[in-house]
Formats: sequence, structure tokens, C-alpha cells
Amino acid sequence: MIEIEGVGHRYGEHRVLRDVDLRLTEDRVGVIGSNGSGKSTFARLLNGLLIPTEGRVGVDGLDTRRRGKEVRRRVGFVFQDPDIQIVMPTVAEDLAFGLKGRGLGREEIRARVTEVLEEYGLSEFRDHPAHLLSGGQKQLLAIAAVLVTGPRYVVFDEPTTLLDLRNKRRIGKLVRELDQKVVVVSHDLDLLAEFDRVIVFDRGRVAADGPAEESIAAYVAMHPPL
Amino acid sequence: MMIRRSDGRSGRTGGSGLRTKDMAQIALFAAIMVVLGFFPLIELPLVPAPFTSQTLGVILAGAILGARRGGLAILLFVVLVVIGLPVLPGGRGGLGVIMGPTGGFVLAYPVGAFVTGLLTERLWRRYNHATALFCNFVGGALVLYAIGIPWMAVAAHLSLAKAFTGSVVFLPGDVVKVVIGSLAAVTVRRAYPMIAPGRRTVRDGRA
Amino acid sequence: MLSLHREGRSPVHAVPAGVKLLVLFAAGTALFFVRSVAVLGGALAGVALCYALARVPWRVVARQVLTVVPFAVALSAVQWLVTGWEAAVLVGLRMLVLVMLANLVTLTTRTSAMVAAIEAVLRPLAPLGVRPERVGLLVAMTIRFIPVIKEQADQVRAAQRARGVERSTAFLAPLLVKTLRLADGLGEALDARGVDGAAARPGKTPRSGKDRPL
Repeated sequence: MIEIEGVGHRYGEHRVLRDVDLRLTEDRVGVIGSNGSGKSTFARLLNGLLIPTEGRVGVDGLDTRRRGKEVRRRVGFVFQDPDIQIVMPTVAEDLAFGLKGRGLGREEIRARVTEVLEEYGLSEFRDHPAHLLSGGQKQLLAIAAVLVTGPRYVVFDEPTTLLDLRNKRRIGKLVRELDQKVVVVSHDLDLLAEFDRVIVFDRGRVAADGPAEESIAAYVAMHPPL
Repeated sequence: MMIRRSDGRSGRTGGSGLRTKDMAQIALFAAIMVVLGFFPLIELPLVPAPFTSQTLGVILAGAILGARRGGLAILLFVVLVVIGLPVLPGGRGGLGVIMGPTGGFVLAYPVGAFVTGLLTERLWRRYNHATALFCNFVGGALVLYAIGIPWMAVAAHLSLAKAFTGSVVFLPGDVVKVVIGSLAAVTVRRAYPMIAPGRRTVRDGRA
Repeated sequence: MLSLHREGRSPVHAVPAGVKLLVLFAAGTALFFVRSVAVLGGALAGVALCYALARVPWRVVARQVLTVVPFAVALSAVQWLVTGWEAAVLVGLRMLVLVMLANLVTLTTRTSAMVAAIEAVLRPLAPLGVRPERVGLLVAMTIRFIPVIKEQADQVRAAQRARGVERSTAFLAPLLVKTLRLADGLGEALDARGVDGAAARPGKTPRSGKDRPL
């Protein structure tokens, strides 16, 4: 469970989040909101990438402020732009990268990487330079690189924004079928349509919170056609 | 969506005090050095730019990242050279190049970046084109010559005067790079400042 | 240049990265003292043989030679003017051997193997405060950034052209800002992937066992 208690966040004078109190227990949680509504900041609070300037965030009872490292092992994070997330030059090396320093032997790492490559249909790209992959493949690699480390939760920050329709669907399907609990920040209303819960952010506050259908309807109503 | 940078973030560590973000910036400027050696961003007429365009990388590292991160970025580049990786113009590298006539310049690169950064930090509040030119000329030209020329005299068994005249040929090109580096540094300072002003520099330095 | 690794199963590929880096380092140092054209010629032949063993395609070899030769010739020409033709031949040949050898090593060695070898070499320096894993990570990120910078440079150029600016010295600043943003993103991604600085610290492994998430 992820608990957000009395959370507010400001960058200098600029307040981006205020009075957020949430307990996330559902398997599929969606977060929507217009640009600048604070939703990306919210996503980064969930795994301690950002520490809130007010209130606390806890993951399974671990406070992100003091136990950041453990929290990040528990909560994987997939960024909008896979290019920034890929650290090593080739696909297999990048997958292995996240497993380094976790007390696994070389053979164990290799086996785990092979397994994940197969699972995500990336086997043929094993020794391929990561920067030459297509956009969809890069996002797949970024997701695989997070899942290979075995997190319990995965937070996605607009995972389909940069993708074409086919890859949007592919990644969407993958996200829906993950074993992990997921929190997805997205503008992609189709992606969130069947989620257990969708939270709407507006100017740094929670504006709506409930089953996907209701929240999405509320969000659409907040933004009438011009 | 862009996330603004803030103080309340993770990744700070004790010990050597390099945050992951610092490490990424250091690697970025080491990579910029490599790229500059192969694809000179600006081609200059009459100046053998490929031989020296990396001094632009030295200037940029110091002027944008400051003394510590800038110096470390260029030091990382020199480590790659020493290993023998083909990162100097023309694909050169190795301790042999360092021991050769122009090796002093390569060894001076990190010092140059450090000095550029130090001056830039001191003058950060008053940073403009004039002060930028001053910082970058001292760190990105004077320091390099001060170390590179005596080294050349020793390594190539030349008199100091000869080594001096041999190197001064590159001065016009270096001045052009100082100017280009200064223009870029002033713009980047406005768009994406990397050096915190005043007291915070000290704290950031140890954070 | 770096990061040109090509997959292969040749004996040259199979040589451990540490050995290759050691040979490269030794050659880069020792050839500096060689004053015999015959020895340098032999070294060049040896490097050529290794290229053949590694089955590097001709296209790749040709492109590399074409990049080096102008530099070697320019360097030789300067040397010729200063000291005479014998020294000029030595200098040009030496550069050719070293550059081709360095290229061979990067062609046949994976980045991760290279990084592991560098980490191993630096391990004895750990008591002096050098952190091998950190240096390794820095080297890996540097290699990773090289194609990224080229890509971004192309994008910035294209964007400026689209707006009617053909040649601009103001090209550098937008490129720097863009790549700095990417670097900050990568830093954040490293945090997200659990590589905060402390993780790479020897002897200070995280409180494992007790609270392991896997």
C-alpha cells in the first residue's frame, strides 16, 4: 500500500501540490490532469525521487524520506522518454545494469536477462545498440529494465505519450496485464478506461477520485470543448 | 512535462558527495569532449581546428558545470585518453600521446576546466559576456599554454622560445573558441543555470 | 571513436577485456620509445593480422584508415619540416599503429566488459578514495552519451533550418541546454533504478537480508 498523508510540494515559491491525502491499495490506479496540474510531481513522490516539502509518503510502511533506497527497490519507475532511462549502450547490458550490486552472481544475472528478453520479445535485439531501437522497442526495453529487478509496484509517467497507435496499444496491454500493482500518469484516456481507480489532479489538488468511468467523465466535463 | 529542479530531492550522498545527477553531467561533458574531437561543431578557415577544438569542451565544462564537476568531467576524459581509447582527434590516445610534445596540453585540460569554473563561480553574480571572456581566456587558453608549452619544450627537446612560437600559431583559433564558448555559456546561464549563486555554491559543493 | 562495438565470435573477441586494455595501454606507452621503422612496420602487420582474425569487414577498416591517414600525414609533414623525413615516417607510422589498435579494441570489446576491466584495474586504488564502480559507471554513461549528443545536434540543426536559420553560431547553446536536460533526466533515472551514489560505495552495501524486496 502507498500512503500519501498531508502532502504538499513546492519548488521555491512555486506551489505544485497541496493537501493531498490518498491511500492507494488498488491494483490499477490512473492519474490524469492537464499540463502543470502536478501529476508528474505526484508520480515522483511515490518512489522517493522527490521528497515532499510537506507531509509524508509511505510505501508498505517505509517512509520515502528516510528509507528512499529501499522504497526505490520496491517501486519501479518508467519515464515518458525511454532515451533518458537507458544507461548502457546495448540492450542486454542495460537490462543487466539494474541487477548489478544486488548480490547476484554473473550467471544469475545472465539467466535473468535472457528470461526477460524472451518475455518481452527482445531476444533478437540482445546485443543491439539501444539507441538504434525504434520508439516502441525503446519503451519496451525501459519497462523490461524496470521489471527485471522485480519491483512490487511500478509507476509509469506518461508511458505512451511518445508512441504511435500500434505501440500505444502494445504497451497499454502490457501495463494492464502486469502482475505488479501499477500507478499510471497519462493523458491517454483509453489506457486508463478499465482501471480500478482514477484520480484527477487540477492545479495541484485532487479534483476527482473514483472508478475510472466516473473520474474520466468528471475530467472531460472540467474541460469543455472550446 | 518538465519537472523543475529543487532542493528537496533524492540522490544526495555522503562521501565524495557526487549526486547521480552530477555524475550524469560529468559523463555528458566527457562525451562532449569526445564528440568535439571528431565532429568539430564549428569549422574555422585556416585553423587546423580538429587538432584543438577540444579546448572548447574544456571551456564549456568549466563555464557551465563549475570548477568541481567541470574539472572532473575533463579528468574523466583524460582517463579515457590514458587508457588508450581513441578519443583524441584522429582517433589518437594512449600514454604515448601524453608523453609526446602535445601531451602537456591534454594534461592541462582538467586544470583549465577547473580554473575556468573557479573564476566563473567567483564572478557568477556579475557574469556577462565580458566576465565570461575573461574566465574562459584565463582557464581555456592561458592555463593550457602555461602547462602545455614548457611540456612541449621538454618533450620535443626544443627551446622554450621555439615551443612558444610553435604554439602561438594556435592562438587565433583558441581566441575564437573562447569567444564561442563565452557566448554559449552566457546563454546557457540564462536558460539553464547549473552553478548556484553565492553561498549555495559552497553547500552544493559538499552536498 | 568509442562505442563502435561489433558482435563477433573470433579469437580476438574472445580475449578478455582486461588483457586487451592492458595490451593497448602497453603499446600506447612502449611504441613511443621505438625508433625503428622495421619494428613499427612489424607492429602494423601484427595489428592488420588481428583485424583479419577478428573478421572486421573491409568497409569498416577502410573508413577507419581514411579517418586516420589525414592526421598521420599532417603530423608527419610537421615533423618533416622540424626534424627530417626519418622522424616523419616514424611519427606517422606510430600514430597509424596506435589508432588502428585502439579501434580494434573498441570494435571487439563490449562496453560492459571494458567497464568491468576498468573497475578491476582501479580496485587497488579504493583505499585512496577512488570508487571503481563509480568510475565504471561514468565511463559507461560517457559512451552512452556520444550517440545521444550527435542525435540531439542533428535535431537542433534541423529545427533551426526549419525556421530558416541555415548557419548559426547560436547552435551550441540550445544543444547544451537540451543535452543538460537529458543528463538531469538520466540522473533521475539512475536514482529510480536504484543506483544512488551510496549504492556504489564499497564496504557500505545496503542493509540487505533483513528487508529485501525481491
